[in-house]
Amino acid sequence: MDLSLIVIQALNGVQLGLLLFLVASGLTLVFGILDFVNLAHAALYMVGAFVCASFTFFLGNFIWAVLAALPVVAFVGYLVERFVARPLYTRDHLDHVLATFGLILVIDTLVHMIWGPAGIAVPLPDWLRGQITLPGGIVVPSFRLLIIGAGLAAAGGLFWLVNHTRLGMLIRAGASNRTMVSALGIDIQMLFSLVFALGATLAGLAGMLIAPITEASMGMGNSIIITAFVVIIVGGIGSMKGAFIAALLIGLIDTLGRSFLDDLFKIVMSPAAAETSAPAVSAMLIYIIMALVLALRPQGLFPPKVR
Amino acid sequence: MRAGLTVLVMVALAVVPPLLYWYANPFYLDLASRLVILGIAAVSLNLILGYGGLVSFGHAAFLGLGAYAVGIPAHHWLYGGMDAIATTNGWVQIALAVGVSGLFAFLTGLVCLRTRGVYFIMITMAFAQMIYYLIVSIEEYGGDDGLVIDTRSELPFINLDDPLQLYFLGYVSLLVAMLLVRMIVHSRFGMVLQGAKGNEERMISLGYNIYAYRLVAYVISGAMAGYAGALLGNFTTFISPEMMDWSRSGELMFMVILGGFATNVGPVLGAVAFIVLEEVLSSWTIYWHLPFGLMLIGVVLFARGGLVGLFTGRGGKK
Repeated sequence: MDLSLIVIQALNGVQLGLLLFLVASGLTLVFGILDFVNLAHAALYMVGAFVCASFTFFLGNFIWAVLAALPVVAFVGYLVERFVARPLYTRDHLDHVLATFGLILVIDTLVHMIWGPAGIAVPLPDWLRGQITLPGGIVVPSFRLLIIGAGLAAAGGLFWLVNHTRLGMLIRAGASNRTMVSALGIDIQMLFSLVFALGATLAGLAGMLIAPITEASMGMGNSIIITAFVVIIVGGIGSMKGAFIAALLIGLIDTLGRSFLDDLFKIVMSPAAAETSAPAVSAMLIYIIMALVLALRPQGLFPPKVR
Repeated sequence: MRAGLTVLVMVALAVVPPLLYWYANPFYLDLASRLVILGIAAVSLNLILGYGGLVSFGHAAFLGLGAYAVGIPAHHWLYGGMDAIATTNGWVQIALAVGVSGLFAFLTGLVCLRTRGVYFIMITMAFAQMIYYLIVSIEEYGGDDGLVIDTRSELPFINLDDPLQLYFLGYVSLLVAMLLVRMIVHSRFGMVLQGAKGNEERMISLGYNIYAYRLVAYVISGAMAGYAGALLGNFTTFISPEMMDWSRSGELMFMVILGGFATNVGPVLGAVAFIVLEEVLSSWTIYWHLPFGLMLIGVVLFARGGLVGLFTGRGGKK
């Protein structure tokens, strides 16, 4: 266990955490403001990856493809809001969950019909394929640094939008009292559509950023949505700050747990026992953390002040 | 009216599948076996979802735990190791299935039931996924690839290798499960459970510890689903983590809602409709999830009360 390995794994953890934040922020935004539970949120993450893959081949450049794909995902998000979410705002959460579960099946099948069952690898331009040597002689792939940079930029942009713009003011007002906001003459329906599309865009961006590493594939959404749920449960549903801190926490714990738990276990138990128990424990680690947080604070670490 | 529907459905399930098995295609009995086994799981889910108002999105985990409680002892019986649980004795396996899923329900219920609403949905989902990843990470039991159950459970008087006997074990179990839930619902315990769904504050003011009531209901429901899992393992003879994926939990919820929740026969009717639809649509196109998903959205948007409501002209008790 040397230092550079720890730094590299910590960077990987931060990268996973930022991607989780991009997915979780949309979930928590939509839930906090629209009071709507969207299981199909991660389907938009998958759609982002596939649209970006197609654009990469069509435009020949990954960066242009991401910029072109973002509005497409936003539009898909708008369609979801208009035709599935909007009729359900007055219903209970059970109906939200079931309808969006159906929506996952629909979107998954449409993706299957359009792009086929196999995954699509997304090629990177040459300048992103290299590696960068950090001070201290630690070598990291430059694309991973780009993900971290893009994730931080998106997070910063989101905080700026929510806390320092007129739209953000309306979003925060809508979260605390939506009747009052619409009584003041704000088109609340429009605001809801915007928030939904914004959430979809963030999830789509996360999918686009991960696609060159893992490839765009069916079911990629299903594996991240639960982790995103864990993030917003730990952070406190509806809290943007909570989502950010919890996402980094979960990303780091998951990555470092998978890498170093067996070494830690070897200190206290026999190597053979550590080899067998470490994978099982590290697979459950984030859920154990979640259970601990909930046992102490059922509303999560940073419950929103209103509602 | 509703009692008549219940009798009709259960008589049909007793008569039609064996007839199809003898005179048409034996394959239909397979469908029916899956149907009654998933029916038990749906009935157990209905106890907490329909009557208790607890939207559990992790019920497939109990099914999976029950199935692995058959598979793991059978695996050790054949290949050695873990002598304490290595057995093909059906009683031991079923006791293990019920015990383990009940224990899992108790431990997770302690945490889950402290939360409300959407938290509860997501947490039950997350705990189920935890079991999924746990099984995936254990290579000895096949991990991702799953585990083949080479020998079915051995029970006195019943030979589970005979498809007809397996079917009737599932059928009788389903009947018992329905009667059990009916008894629970009409008991004082069940009244408190439903009261807590209707108005939590009132039940607390009346002095009921609804947390404890809900926990007991959650454990009963989980244990019943674990039993269904033991049957499912014996039926498929191949088990994999995929059977506790959260989309399986979603399908169980869909059965309950489609049939009509908080009704006795609703979950069974939902399971019938689900299995038949799945079979018809998937033989028609490989993209059968598309019409299936659209239908699910349609049911939520337009058809409240489910099939029971449709047949009896009354919505499910809300």
